[in-house]
Amino acid sequence: MTPLGAILIRDMRIAVRVGGGALIGVLFFLVVVTLIPFAVGPNLPLLKQIGPAILWLAALLASLLALDRLFAADHEDGSLDLILTGRAPLELVVATKGLAHWLTTGLPLVIAAPLIGLLLNLDAPAEMTLVLTLLVGTPALTFIGLIGAAIAVTLRRGGLLLAVIVLPLTVPVLIFGVAAANTVGPVPFGTPFTILCALTLASLVIGPFAAAAALRQEME
Amino acid sequence: MNAVNHMGFIVASYAAAVAVVGALVAWVTFDYRAQRQRLADLEMRGVTRRSTPARSERAIEQAKEKA
Amino acid sequence: MAIADLANPTRFLKFANRTIPWLSGLTVLVFAYGIDQAMLAPDDYQQGATVKIMFLHVPSAWLGMLGWGVMSIAALGTLVWRHPLADVAAKAAAPIGAAFTLLCLVTGSLWGRPEWGTYWVWDARLTSELVLLLLYLGVIALWRTVEDPSRAARAAAILTLVGAIDLPIIKFSVDWWNTLHQGSSVFRVGGSTIDTSILVPLFIMAAAFTLLFFTLHLAAMRNEILRRRVRTLRLMQASAVS
Repeated sequence: MTPLGAILIRDMRIAVRVGGGALIGVLFFLVVVTLIPFAVGPNLPLLKQIGPAILWLAALLASLLALDRLFAADHEDGSLDLILTGRAPLELVVATKGLAHWLTTGLPLVIAAPLIGLLLNLDAPAEMTLVLTLLVGTPALTFIGLIGAAIAVTLRRGGLLLAVIVLPLTVPVLIFGVAAANTVGPVPFGTPFTILCALTLASLVIGPFAAAAALRQEME
Repeated sequence: MNAVNHMGFIVASYAAAVAVVGALVAWVTFDYRAQRQRLADLEMRGVTRRSTPARSERAIEQAKEKA
Repeated sequence: MAIADLANPTRFLKFANRTIPWLSGLTVLVFAYGIDQAMLAPDDYQQGATVKIMFLHVPSAWLGMLGWGVMSIAALGTLVWRHPLADVAAKAAAPIGAAFTLLCLVTGSLWGRPEWGTYWVWDARLTSELVLLLLYLGVIALWRTVEDPSRAARAAAILTLVGAIDLPIIKFSVDWWNTLHQGSSVFRVGGSTIDTSILVPLFIMAAAFTLLFFTLHLAAMRNEILRRRVRTLRLMQASAVS
């Protein structure tokens, strides 16, 4: 098994274990969506209109949840030092951890979104569009989040700082994700969706490089 | 009220009930087997509770006979 | 055999081993009778055949609340009397109650689509039932997150007792608020408003579901006791090696 493969499996195993945060992300997603009608009122046409935006916001917040332990846990038990002195390129290791995070946190959100969309009175075309945009957009959320997680690695209570750093960086993804989800028509393809794809591809590169640089800085 | 159109919903409800009950029964059954298997493994390795001191040798004998 | 005798886990295991087989058989029999009666029951003059969903939906709702009730009594057992099996009873009941709450929401949604034209509406009854599901999932997450079972038990017990406030809210939501969900029609002052030809199968199905709950609960408690033994033995093994 290659080193990267081993890291992938290990991270996924930790994520689904006690205190790991994999399925709790979906539960948080559900809780946030449940709160909206209490705040906004149970007005079904209104909820249908803002439904995609709510689901995107909730997915963004839920994605953040497991991020702060991503590097901090490895830092605390010393594995981060081993990773830094190992032979696998740090950028690739970071990208692998990002992949593990998306598989255990982001992908369950994408799968849960249609069911939760029913609570907001979304119809089938809207749901399919939404799922597609979330599928393309949640990797971007994870990989941008890597940057914040790396910056906050040495802090003990880095959770809120991480959120403050990461959320502004995710605004473009949010804008184009919601715009694509609201596209009328049988398929969501169009300018917003294309830009969303581009943002994700860019984040898959920029995220690991920036996070690796931040880790090297923090660990010196 | 066209009952024929609604048959899909009725069937789906009963299917959902079967799925949920089936999942619960499966969970309880497989968990039982998993725990018994783990206890048997531990006993074979000689790790026993305080109240069963002489079990370990007997368990090794039984395991040998099974194999 | 007094309840106090069951406090010993080993004796409880023997009790469970003896009881679960025949209780499962009885459950299957009552379900068979219940489903037979449910299929034979007449169609509602307004709703047609969709009223048959009620035979699943209403018992699931009752079971979801029964589950939290069992957890609440167990929570008192943990916090007040420190009864050794209370923790086990509480942890075992949670997934079962959650599953039936989910089934209640799903069957209700499938019933609502032909009846009201929508899969979901944010009225008081449905919302409080959804909140119950969230409470269940939260307490299950709590059980899984705290590693030490006895600390987890105390935390879960407090959460359970606080969450129990949702149960009367669910029950009386249709009276206190203007809801799309129909009002109380089974247990109400002045007797039920449902015709006996449908009410009797409903009660048989409810009995079947209740037997199912207790069969699953006993089995899950048995598994939990075994799981704790495994954990204790592994801890012993780990400390013996080091």
